[in-house]
Amino acid sequence: MCRDCGCGRAIEHSHARHHADHDPHPHGHGRPVRRVTVEEDLRAKNDELAGEVRHRLDHDGIAAFNLIGAPGSGKTTLLEQTIRSLGGDVAISVLEGDQATDRDAQRIAASGCRVVQINTGAGCHLDASMVDRGLDELQPPPRSLLFVENVGNLVCPALFDVGERAKVVVMSVTEGEDKPLKYPHVFRAASAMVLTKADLLPHLIVDVGECIANARRINPHLVVFLVAALRGDGLDEWCTWLRLQVGGSHGR
Amino acid sequence: MKGIVAAALRCAGTAKVVTIRIELGRLAGVAVEALRFCFEVCTRDTALDGAVLDIVEIRARARCRACGHEADIDTWCSSCQCGSFDRDVVSGQELRIKDLEVFDVS
Repeated sequence: MCRDCGCGRAIEHSHARHHADHDPHPHGHGRPVRRVTVEEDLRAKNDELAGEVRHRLDHDGIAAFNLIGAPGSGKTTLLEQTIRSLGGDVAISVLEGDQATDRDAQRIAASGCRVVQINTGAGCHLDASMVDRGLDELQPPPRSLLFVENVGNLVCPALFDVGERAKVVVMSVTEGEDKPLKYPHVFRAASAMVLTKADLLPHLIVDVGECIANARRINPHLVVFLVAALRGDGLDEWCTWLRLQVGGSHGR
Repeated sequence: MKGIVAAALRCAGTAKVVTIRIELGRLAGVAVEALRFCFEVCTRDTALDGAVLDIVEIRARARCRACGHEADIDTWCSSCQCGSFDRDVVSGQELRIKDLEVFDVS
């Protein structure tokens, strides 16, 4: 029996070989089969909504950044310190994505900025509809910065447009110089990379230069920041880059 | 996966679906095994139960921004023959339902 369609033919092959072996194969089992054209991109619905989110943010002059990184890479701490560094100059608001709890939202709120927590339950990433609903509640002010802290995950969030101006991949120096090679999608999708916890470097065997070189083999245009958020190293460069983004167009 | 099932059911109408053909780019970020597993789970006890998922893999191609050379690639991390890593991916990110094979139930 064909293991894919259970048609009863005594064939030992994968379905990739199926049509080649005995096409036209009567999958209708005696009934006339016709072909129905679909041509539907399965990401189209999300991408369309992301386009609407982007238009809405552009209209209000809001620069949105989608922060993506593994759990524990330092996304929330980077945000806390960024808010403290920038907070006086430009309005900032945050959408916090986590599977459960509002712990990160509480930390961000304590830094003194607007925040809405999105809990995805079993979900491993934020999509455009979650961000769209989050924005209804958050109501970020015009000409401001918006951070979307994605669910801690270096894989799936890379594949979903949420209407951001840029994706920013956050990885800590403890994750090793080969991380970009092992998780290439997100490094390709991102416009910037923030390497966090740089103050731990004296205790690690890791080659930061090699890490950056690996990331740029995936994405030669990646803007890179080396930051020790708690100590403040590198925050000025990161915040200067963010300031330059406010007011421009999302341009996609 | 729910999108695949919904689109197939919508396009098939009252006809019985026997095959769903999907074009999947090598760099789409979707694992074939996971797609097959989810398809089986999501179609169970629906009008698509028993339909064949025919996955057509689309090769990934990139054009070099430095020299213009176009070539197949297997990963995001690959350099052109000229040595540049600065390449535009021109195909290989597809995740698209191409068509269905159906028969009419009278």
